[in-house]
Amino acid sequence: MNKEKTKTVLIDSFLELIRKTSAELPPDIITALTYYAKQEDANTKASWAVELMEENIKLAKEKSAPLCQDTGSLLFYVDYHSGLGVSTLELKSAIQKAVILATEKGYLRQNSINSITGKNEPSNVGPSHPHILFEEQGEEFIDARLILKGGGCENVGVQYSLPHAPLSAGRDLEGAKRVILDAVLQAQGKGCSPGYLGVCIGGDRSSGYEESKRQLLRAVSDENPLPELKHLEQEIVEMANQLGIGPMGFGGKTTLFGCKIGHLNRLPASFFVTISYMCWSYRRQGMRLASDFTISKWHY
Amino acid sequence: MKKLNYPYTQEAIRDLQVGDVVMISGKLFTARDAVHKYLYDGGRSPVELKNQILYHCGPVILQDARGLYSVNGAGPTTSTRQEPYQSAIMEKHGILGVIGKGGMGPKTLEGCKKFTCVYLHAIGGAAQVLSAKIEKIVGVYLKDFGPSEAMWELEVRDFPVIVTIDASGSSLHEDVKKHSESRLKELLNIR
Ligand code: SF4
Repeated sequence: MNKEKTKTVLIDSFLELIRKTSAELPPDIITALTYYAKQEDANTKASWAVELMEENIKLAKEKSAPLCQDTGSLLFYVDYHSGLGVSTLELKSAIQKAVILATEKGYLRQNSINSITGKNEPSNVGPSHPHILFEEQGEEFIDARLILKGGGCENVGVQYSLPHAPLSAGRDLEGAKRVILDAVLQAQGKGCSPGYLGVCIGGDRSSGYEESKRQLLRAVSDENPLPELKHLEQEIVEMANQLGIGPMGFGGKTTLFGCKIGHLNRLPASFFVTISYMCWSYRRQGMRLASDFTISKWHY
Repeated sequence: MKKLNYPYTQEAIRDLQVGDVVMISGKLFTARDAVHKYLYDGGRSPVELKNQILYHCGPVILQDARGLYSVNGAGPTTSTRQEPYQSAIMEKHGILGVIGKGGMGPKTLEGCKKFTCVYLHAIGGAAQVLSAKIEKIVGVYLKDFGPSEAMWELEVRDFPVIVTIDASGSSLHEDVKKHSESRLKELLNIR
């Protein structure tokens, strides 16, 4: 395939990835959300809220329009294969072009602000916009995953440094549990609950946040290989749902609809627990590109 | 379920209580960070805001080849960022309601009581359900702030919200926060 053709096909594929991510919640997320939403008593503020959420999910898909007007930070995770004849530079340029087109088509809002001038960057392309993380892998395909993470939920993300005296949180899993639940409490409904947590135990200030977001790529059904973390993930959801914060913070039974926890090594001197909060509008999708760079399957 | 129809009046606002689901039909003006700061700093409002409702929203707007606008998503944005400004804007411009998400703090609560105003919570993230309730874009002001920060005058029908701060000074957010704080202390055995 010649370079020009490759570029066009790549742009089309990434554009479709963005469209689908912005307009359609993945099936595993819908199932999990609906499962918890059903727990709400009928004719309550909470049930009213989740009904509108469900209606919104249907409507966005039908209209192929953004689920939420905050189309968020675009986080691309691209696992590429060097033998396929396309460089990360070329992939990056195709992704940027796809972002520009997606913005023109209204799949994305003009959502990128220059932090110094305060001016809106209408193309949605600028420093770290979109954010792309490449990783080389051995097999002959490209896997590209995308998360759209809005500002409301990003703002309630938080990093704790243990020990944390006010919560009697020490440097162990019990300490981690305490601060994670505190993050849910502090968030109240502001991250558009019910939320879903990506957590990283360990790492440093930056790798902790990166890993906490990477946790959000795991399918709902993905089981944590570490029994103690698997247990903690369940415990967090159960306990958080006893706080009574509920959908949008209106009060109710559903505050969290999932939690995924990973870990990184740390230095002896630090013990960070980093929490990324994902709103109910949990937009993530992933595609596998065949050797001709068309989409061969969806990951979620 | 209650209805709130344009023109909005102080009496109708006083009638709204925390927990009421309300369907709004009439005018809304979008106003987010830039507009709030501008008005707070003494900027002149391009429209008369007395007895109007502000909507914390940065819509996705499309413009076609003829220059006509359409809304492609218009849910609420987080309101707390307007906490420093909101009450002053209530006082100066005589607005009767604010629609947003996530609730607002003590200053706004005071303002609602003092200047007869309500905080109406829309469902965050429900961009399509809510934009389907927008019948018409009537106009756009303060366009220099960019399409999502500009002030859009919208005509809505049966726009669904819930009252979370009312003009008598009650706040659902305070109640839920207090309750959840004490629940967490119990769960973690903290005194
Ligand atoms: S937190 Fe999520 S659902 Fe809420 S406004 Fe932001 S992106 Fe939308």
